[in-house]
Amino acid sequence: MKHLLSISDLDRAEIEDLLTLAAEFSSVLERDIPKVPTLRGRTIATVFFEASTRTRLSFERAAKALSADVMSFAPGTSSVTKGESLKDTVLTLEATGADLFVVRHESVGAAARVAGWVNGPVINGGDGAHQHPTQALLDALTLRQRFGKLDGLKVGIVGDIANSRVARSNIDAFTKLGAQVELIAPSPLLPVDLSAFPVTVSGSLEDSLPHLDVVYLLRVQIERGSGPILPSLAEYGLRFGMNRQRLQMLPADAVVMHPGPINRGVEITADVADDPRSLVLDQVQNGVSTRMAVIFRLLGAS
Amino acid sequence: MPEPTRLLSADDVRRALTRIAHEICEHHSGVSNLVLIGIQTRGVPLAESISEAIADIEHEKVFVGSLDIGLYRDDLASRPTPRLGRTLMPVDLNGRNVVLVDDVLFTGRTIRAALDALSDLGRPAAVELAVLVDRGHRQLPIRADYVGKNLPTSIDQRVTVRVEAIDGENGVWVGS
Amino acid sequence: MNSELAIRNGTVLTADGVAEIDLFVKDGRIASIGGDHDSHTTIDANGAWVGPGLVDLHCHLREPGEEWKEDIASGSAAAAAGGFTALVAMPNTKPAIDSGHLACFITERGRQVGLCQIATAGAITMARDGKALSHLDELWEAGVRIFTDDGASVADAGLLRLAMEYLAERGAVVAQHAEDQGLSLGGQMHEGAISSLLGLRGIPALAEELVVARDLALARLTGVRYHVQHISSRGTLDLISDARAQGLPVTSEVTPHHLAFDDERVMALDPAFKMYPPLRAASDREALVAGLSDGSIDVVATDHAPHAPFETEVTFAEAPRGVIGLESAASAVMTACSLPIETFFARMSISPAQIAQLENQGRRVATGILANLVVFDPERTWTPDRFRSRSENSPFRGEALRGMVLATIYEGRVTHSLVKS
Ligand SMILES: [Zn+2]
Repeated sequence: MKHLLSISDLDRAEIEDLLTLAAEFSSVLERDIPKVPTLRGRTIATVFFEASTRTRLSFERAAKALSADVMSFAPGTSSVTKGESLKDTVLTLEATGADLFVVRHESVGAAARVAGWVNGPVINGGDGAHQHPTQALLDALTLRQRFGKLDGLKVGIVGDIANSRVARSNIDAFTKLGAQVELIAPSPLLPVDLSAFPVTVSGSLEDSLPHLDVVYLLRVQIERGSGPILPSLAEYGLRFGMNRQRLQMLPADAVVMHPGPINRGVEITADVADDPRSLVLDQVQNGVSTRMAVIFRLLGAS
Repeated sequence: MPEPTRLLSADDVRRALTRIAHEICEHHSGVSNLVLIGIQTRGVPLAESISEAIADIEHEKVFVGSLDIGLYRDDLASRPTPRLGRTLMPVDLNGRNVVLVDDVLFTGRTIRAALDALSDLGRPAAVELAVLVDRGHRQLPIRADYVGKNLPTSIDQRVTVRVEAIDGENGVWVGS
Repeated sequence: MNSELAIRNGTVLTADGVAEIDLFVKDGRIASIGGDHDSHTTIDANGAWVGPGLVDLHCHLREPGEEWKEDIASGSAAAAAGGFTALVAMPNTKPAIDSGHLACFITERGRQVGLCQIATAGAITMARDGKALSHLDELWEAGVRIFTDDGASVADAGLLRLAMEYLAERGAVVAQHAEDQGLSLGGQMHEGAISSLLGLRGIPALAEELVVARDLALARLTGVRYHVQHISSRGTLDLISDARAQGLPVTSEVTPHHLAFDDERVMALDPAFKMYPPLRAASDREALVAGLSDGSIDVVATDHAPHAPFETEVTFAEAPRGVIGLESAASAVMTACSLPIETFFARMSISPAQIAQLENQGRRVATGILANLVVFDPERTWTPDRFRSRSENSPFRGEALRGMVLATIYEGRVTHSLVKS
């Protein structure tokens, strides 16, 4: 593995190797000294052209737990607002000493493009509506911790599938690990052509709930790119939001997930978010150990 | 390439581990504060064996832990796709007497990494080192407290330790 | 006779059919077909095709305003290398070609460079902003015969109707870049399985078809000669074929890249595969290839759209639309469609010259006509890697192509040759 750009670059064995490694790093994070000297002297650059404090902090925490140094690059704090290009930015960071790049960008394929420009490994921290592979890995780890394995799990992914990189990478990761995925969304929020996706589709959350092991709620944005995609957030919440009443419709041991940050009261009501069946905080914790595993794999094998 | 020469038989290994167990018991009056920590991977079954031998002598179980030093190595970049073993500590290490157990003592770099790893896990009262084979050629100021067998080797020779739990047999071989 | 140039051993598209015969050029004109004469320069065609120089109905030369991408000199050099003797430049320069003196500037610059004939299309609306008609009469007087706001559709049906009525009187062609802005908004590629997989916003074929359907109704109303630029979908082709069957004077063009590639090629997200209209599904590509072969599509036009490296060294979504094509067009068309000699010259020279009303272009070889010629070997293979264009955004870089331009002759002068002696 030279880069981590898309879940499609990984086979089942490689995903499982990363999850096993991530579980090992989870135990490192539980120690009194949650830090190992593995990557002392190495520098990781986080290049976030699209604001995301949560994901950036998670990567930086992972890097620091491995004793790597971190260079953080984000618009607003840098010359990118003055029109510096992505290419110039990463070449400058590499010349400054970056060994690995975490790239988030609103454009599909941005991380892959960077991988063609720099010598070091690149982790895709999210590229447009395309891929967010570390999110998929941390979600798979969370499910593996809860259920032991993903084989045979029925996962419903709810929301704006069409514009979601989380959906695209999670569909690929979950199905590779043996789960069955159902997409639950109104048709304008589904990709136009689903022929390349190994999924079933449902237009009704309530119809799907009784046969799901996992309800995975995507974050909803009322506007993206060029104009509104939803009539209103309130209407969306009524049809596709997860509330106490709908939680009762799930099988007893089913769980609820969300990649965060949550629009409370839209995708998920506050009491559901805080319910023991919500794995939202496990997801956040596993984010750090999963990213440690990915960074370790990419920089450990140079 | 010539066949490697078998230097220690299964019986030799068993006797060496029993002797180490006796020495550990002699050195420590009582084993209740003792923890044996095997270094992944072959140090772990060796530590188990020593623990059993101590139990035969002292009629008391000694805690056994496992330590993977993959995250503490100084040669990470030169090794393709490193694998990590489990690190499991059965008890809090603070104030304990720790005996690190490994199969072969060579340059000392593994032990250096193990000491670093250990210090991140807690603050033992004392740390000692037990090895099945000491083959010399130290590159760091490190020595073993308990040695099963001193084996003078040349630096380019290969010393192979096989243990029952992993390799299906016990023994030590030297090849060139 | 002492000729300036002899083209020997060619398979020649003459006014009387295809013949293996030698040609002789004197004073810029075809002086003799057959016979044997002395010549100053000789081109050995060695069995390759010899026919009228290629004519591109659709290219972007970027002058004035964006000369870092291309200018009339570099664009003319690229055209000569690609076998072209005439180009119709699109009017989306900065400023747009919306008045007579700007059109004169383009053709005059072309004459100064002297590597091929440079004609220009004129904008339909002032500054191509879709609000008010440009100086249509002035442009006509300056020699403009094709009118388009290429780069965008004329969205306002009332305004387009008005333009069509004026231009129908003149006998000019209204050409449309068919793109419904609402349906294509934010779109990056063909809307389909690949765009869904990549998470790129799609541009449905309907964005093109809707505009063509409306325009055909307006063309019926006004009687104008209507030309659809760079068609990309089977549906558009069907609309055009139906209209032609009803006798409407409708023509269309297809680009080499739409004949060669489908949306699968976008998977790698190389900006050299980003253009409007986007590369569509395999079934669309097959329909276009068939349509070009059977004549449902009249013309191959390059839509040569240079962008400098610094503009394309960005992500796919950020990259500008358009790719270069002049130097690879003939080869790409042969590779994708394997046209026979008559069809090849019909689509790449004769029909575009007729639509653009270029009287000295696209003529079968005959004694006395201006010597605008290309020597094209339909079998020779090559792989484009360097370009005379100022830009290098080619989807054909590294593609093995069949068919190669060996020489180009413009008004009797050799403007490009691999085989001169
Ligand atoms: Zn156009």
